[in-house]
Amino acid sequence: MEIKKDFNVESSSDAKKVPKRIAFIKSRTSARVRQEEEDMVMTVPNLVVREIIAFEILVIVLAIISLLFNAPLEWIANPEHTPNPAKAPWYFLGLQELLHYFPPIVAGVIFPSLVIVALIVIPYFSVNLKQEGLWKQSRQQTLVVLLVSVGIVSTTLLLFSVYVMLVPTLMIVGLMIVPYVSSRESGFVGWLATRPLSWWIMTWFVTIVIVLTIVGVLFRGPEWTWTWPWHEIY
Amino acid sequence: MNRLTEQLVRSRVWRSIFRHGLPLSNRARAEAVFYNFFLHVHPTKVRRRSIKFTYTWGLGGLSAGLFIILTVTGALLMLYYRPSIHQAYWDMKDLQFVVSSGQFLRNMHRWAAHAMVAIVFLHMLRVFYTGSYRPPKEFNWVIGVVLLVMTILLSYTGYLLPWDQLSFWGISVGTNMVRAVPFGTGDRISYLLLGGNIVGENALVRFYVLHCFVIPVAAMVFMGIHFWRVRKDGGV
Repeated sequence: MEIKKDFNVESSSDAKKVPKRIAFIKSRTSARVRQEEEDMVMTVPNLVVREIIAFEILVIVLAIISLLFNAPLEWIANPEHTPNPAKAPWYFLGLQELLHYFPPIVAGVIFPSLVIVALIVIPYFSVNLKQEGLWKQSRQQTLVVLLVSVGIVSTTLLLFSVYVMLVPTLMIVGLMIVPYVSSRESGFVGWLATRPLSWWIMTWFVTIVIVLTIVGVLFRGPEWTWTWPWHEIY
Repeated sequence: MNRLTEQLVRSRVWRSIFRHGLPLSNRARAEAVFYNFFLHVHPTKVRRRSIKFTYTWGLGGLSAGLFIILTVTGALLMLYYRPSIHQAYWDMKDLQFVVSSGQFLRNMHRWAAHAMVAIVFLHMLRVFYTGSYRPPKEFNWVIGVVLLVMTILLSYTGYLLPWDQLSFWGISVGTNMVRAVPFGTGDRISYLLLGGNIVGENALVRFYVLHCFVIPVAAMVFMGIHFWRVRKDGGV
């Protein structure tokens, strides 16, 4: 008599390919899960002492900075007299720099909202859980998709003449393509080849934020024109 | 001396406060964490890997440390500051020239605030690059993003308080950006924030209340959840 099976027995060590498993426990083996031994240490003193030292160094460094540099205080607020340029605090100068190129609705509302939404959804993207390198699969297809999207982004940036974003973008893309051109598997090129897409996007975002902020803080003078930081504008 | 210490540690008063002896045995070390209100955010044992300095760079802890420094210096500054357009700027001048160590206090608060924005951002980068947002920590990442936004809002609301040209125009530029939100919503948000159409007396009081009470309290709640979840998910 033949028993009809509604399952397949498959042997694999990949939990994603074969998520449901049957364990055969023979009489000689015990049903114990083999676990990797993690090196544990006591929180007191190992962690707590480090925290205290870090906090003390923080206080000392801040105290020294506070003794050396005074917080700025300009003349009393005067709504009649607009400084030129009127700058927001440094962490908003990236946005203010964008405001120079794009209409306020884009630079002041759409971009920041998109950034916050993008940051929030990062952990819910369950693609590429293995963090495989960008060029790991279908190199030609990846290249086409990459070049098309970079083309669109670059054209937009060119149209609005946002060179401060265009140059770093192209530099990052240049680095992205290095592992495609060279097949070296060691050193810097090899390391670049192992970087997944999410890594590249984040690195691009961070580079843009830093470049825009630095340009906004140091390189913008009256009428938001390009001004070298060593030019005394006041 | 040793005997004196031992007697002290064994005394009823000491035991009523600490409930454990000096952390000389592993049991007492575990109890030192377990029975302490402040330390019980930590587990009694941690992975050696997760307290390695070059893994976390201590950025989360430093952000929390900066929050403490800012709370202390902020509370002291509140003693000398009145949020009114006729007094705010002159109170700043008094801090600079009249109050003992007033300038130092203000410097500490200002530089710590700038540092906190930068360090919270760096902490986010560290968590991203080590992949520490992955399941089961997805939601804690979201709370982290909320805390980053709160840090920026804290810094931004504080920026207006000195009531000098820097504050006034910094806030004017920012609230003008808010006005760009379409369908009249931007104008309404801006009106709500400023308590009017211009940066004036009402705006100063509103920013003061947001800066000294509303946002810090909200941030503390979110920090509590953030730390608690870090611990529950197997971190420090």
